[in-house]
Amino acid sequence: MKNQNRQRREPLTDTQLLMTITICIFLAMYILAMLLLKGGFLHVQQLFDLLNDNASLIIVSCGLTIVMIGGGIDISVGAVTSLVVMSCVLFLNRGGNLFLSVLLALGIGLAFGLVHGFLVSYLEIQPFIVTLAGMFFARGMTTILSIDPQKATHEGFKKLQEAKIEIPWLGYVAKNGNLIPARMEIGVVVALLCVIGVFILLKYVSLGRGFYAMGGNQTSSLMLGINVKKTRFLSYLLSGLLSGISGFVFLMHTGAGNATNAAAMEMDAIASSIIGGTLLTGGVGNVVGTFFGTLTLTTIKKIVVSSGLNDPWWQKITTGGMLCFFILLQSVVLRQREKRKKSN
Amino acid sequence: MEENCLLELRGIDKMFPGVMALNNVDFTLRKGEIHALMGENGAGKSTLIKILTGVYSMDAGTILVEGKNVHIGSPQDAQNNGISTVYQETTLCPNLTVAENMFIGREKSLLVKQKAYEKRAEEILESLQIPARARQQLGNCSLAVQQMVAIARAVDMQCKVLILDEPTSSLDDKEVNMLFKLMRDLKSRGVGIIFVTHFLEQVYEVSDRITVLRNGELVGEFLTEELPQVQLVAKMIGKELDELNNLSDTEERSAASGEVFYQAEGLSSSETLPFDFSIRKGEVNGFTGLLGSGRSESVRAIFGADKVGGGTVKIKGKNVKITKPVDAMKHGIGYLAEDRKRDGIIADLSVRENIIIAMQVMNGFFKPISRSESEAFADEYIKALNIKTASRETPVGALSGGNQQKVILARWLLTHPDYLILDEPTRGIDVGTKLEIQKLVLKLAEEDVSVTFISSEIEEMLRTCSRLIVMRDRHIVGELKGSDLNQAQVMKTIAGGES
Repeated sequence: MKNQNRQRREPLTDTQLLMTITICIFLAMYILAMLLLKGGFLHVQQLFDLLNDNASLIIVSCGLTIVMIGGGIDISVGAVTSLVVMSCVLFLNRGGNLFLSVLLALGIGLAFGLVHGFLVSYLEIQPFIVTLAGMFFARGMTTILSIDPQKATHEGFKKLQEAKIEIPWLGYVAKNGNLIPARMEIGVVVALLCVIGVFILLKYVSLGRGFYAMGGNQTSSLMLGINVKKTRFLSYLLSGLLSGISGFVFLMHTGAGNATNAAAMEMDAIASSIIGGTLLTGGVGNVVGTFFGTLTLTTIKKIVVSSGLNDPWWQKITTGGMLCFFILLQSVVLRQREKRKKSN
Repeated sequence: MEENCLLELRGIDKMFPGVMALNNVDFTLRKGEIHALMGENGAGKSTLIKILTGVYSMDAGTILVEGKNVHIGSPQDAQNNGISTVYQETTLCPNLTVAENMFIGREKSLLVKQKAYEKRAEEILESLQIPARARQQLGNCSLAVQQMVAIARAVDMQCKVLILDEPTSSLDDKEVNMLFKLMRDLKSRGVGIIFVTHFLEQVYEVSDRITVLRNGELVGEFLTEELPQVQLVAKMIGKELDELNNLSDTEERSAASGEVFYQAEGLSSSETLPFDFSIRKGEVNGFTGLLGSGRSESVRAIFGADKVGGGTVKIKGKNVKITKPVDAMKHGIGYLAEDRKRDGIIADLSVRENIIIAMQVMNGFFKPISRSESEAFADEYIKALNIKTASRETPVGALSGGNQQKVILARWLLTHPDYLILDEPTRGIDVGTKLEIQKLVLKLAEEDVSVTFISSEIEEMLRTCSRLIVMRDRHIVGELKGSDLNQAQVMKTIAGGES
């Protein structure tokens, strides 16, 4: 009997269950797109383009996932990204050092994370209000730096921007017979490293498990001996740091700063986390889910465009519909589970 | 000092503003014993537990663990001294696995040694025979198992003293037995267990010793087998039995013979077991029993304040459905809640607004009560009930407890109820006001209003009620009227058993 118990596979935890659903839906959707829409979806480059275009979104979503697992929210991530882009462009264009500009990006992100974390965890102000203020502040600062779009002219940076990883065997042969290799930007590598890093943090580091405990039940985690204030502080600090990284990656993708950069990116990041199985109530979520959440969100947008619905509102409408669908699905799945547990 | 003393509390004092919560309390826990800590509401049980776990600091006294003087300033201090607590609501994280819950917050290293933890957890669970698996999500376990996991965590932390604060209140019989088995197992390993509960039968089932507190003072420490249940109740409530037998000053009150106003059969709610109940016009009845016996839950079910489960309700002989408070109000039932601050007053609104609020609800929101009308009502009741307030526009929060209670009474009287339920209307108010309220209850009864009156002071109920329903462990165990209405009889019924 006891042996049987040990052999038996455990039912998935809520986190694993929601993540699995997301991955399955993403795969189903992508395969469906390949079959029905054909065109670009048949090439690996389509997937790579999704990643190239959304590397910075993936990075901020990772940060947001951390904060949301801890039971908080950070809506400043898009604005901080934008501020970082603008600051770095101006710094580089005035002859700044490339390495120092990376440090500048990280520094701005950390500074926002530090202030948010301090206000939320030590002064116990509502995270929504704190990060809303941070969002306005960062947007305002971006506009003060420059209202006009700024193009990066720094030589070293341009080289970095154009550097691409080419994978010939994933490429395709164009109509004129040339082989076009699949191209991936450096930013994607950074984004994937972020996902892996956050994954390890959440799963194998005691701090990461602390985020889950805190989001699951704050009073309990206090009684269990977790330093809740410090843990919460660190969650915002990490989110800030990731926003900084995201800013630099964004710049590497666009090569220019604009006051409206990364507009509403925080909303896309929240949507990605939720689609990826992170609960707004905290304690449940996984960064791999978030990664696939981002892909699901951006794929749907692409499918809408490929189906000929070019007007921008169609993307918004489908995004809204999909978010609704996922939230409903999650609550139905979790409620079914609750019911089954009760009837046991 | 005895040889196997594990924990000693000596001369513990704790003051809260205006209240002496603990006054010179001693408590001793020996190795391998289950020690029940008993007392009614406000006796100081939870204050004592919170001092022991480092949530409150004491004003005077000493705590000795195994003979050594210790200072407990935080929950961490308590754990380091081998004192662990499992609360009524489990203090674990439902979203983590069983193993994680047992080890989180205790990791010394940066990385989580998942495999090692799972292995260790599996071993402990097996040795304590807890039916849970290490990798299972805690939220998917039953409440009892969750509590046992909390205990397993405490055991693994080498706890010497285990405090169980109302662990059984949300468990069913089978789960309670599982828990008791675990408690006995720990006892045989030399752990001292402090068991706080209000279920008398459970105390007699597992505990070796009982310490009784009353009004912040120590009543005494007794061996369980030497203390009959009825004596225990007497000690908790604070009347010696012999003294009670001489106290038969209750004059005969003829039971009301009017028609039945309210009748329930098999009524149940999310908080109660099904019960039958009826009340006649002009009758005053009472529900009595110890804290947690289900007396408040029963009247809440009548008023529809908790989710109603089933049963049929008849008012004046007609079948009616009461599923939420407003239904009850429409049928002329008023309810004065037990917790005045939480369920009763709206502290920032004025006396006048608090008085008219129930009537406004009855009228519906589209028929507002005019200002002059509401002022007239307020003045009338401020005078009739002798509410001491600076003016009718004073916020209720500024009034004394007794006057706040009168404001709520006025609120219900204004709706001219046929049936008024008063749950602990006299708690925490001065003696003069208590008498006024009792008189008012009797006066209402003369006017053919049915009243259900609940009080933890039995004398009060004997003075006002013509019929008492006695509850124990969520069951109605007796109905007393006429010559049975005396303290001794009430206490015997509460305690149950033959003694």
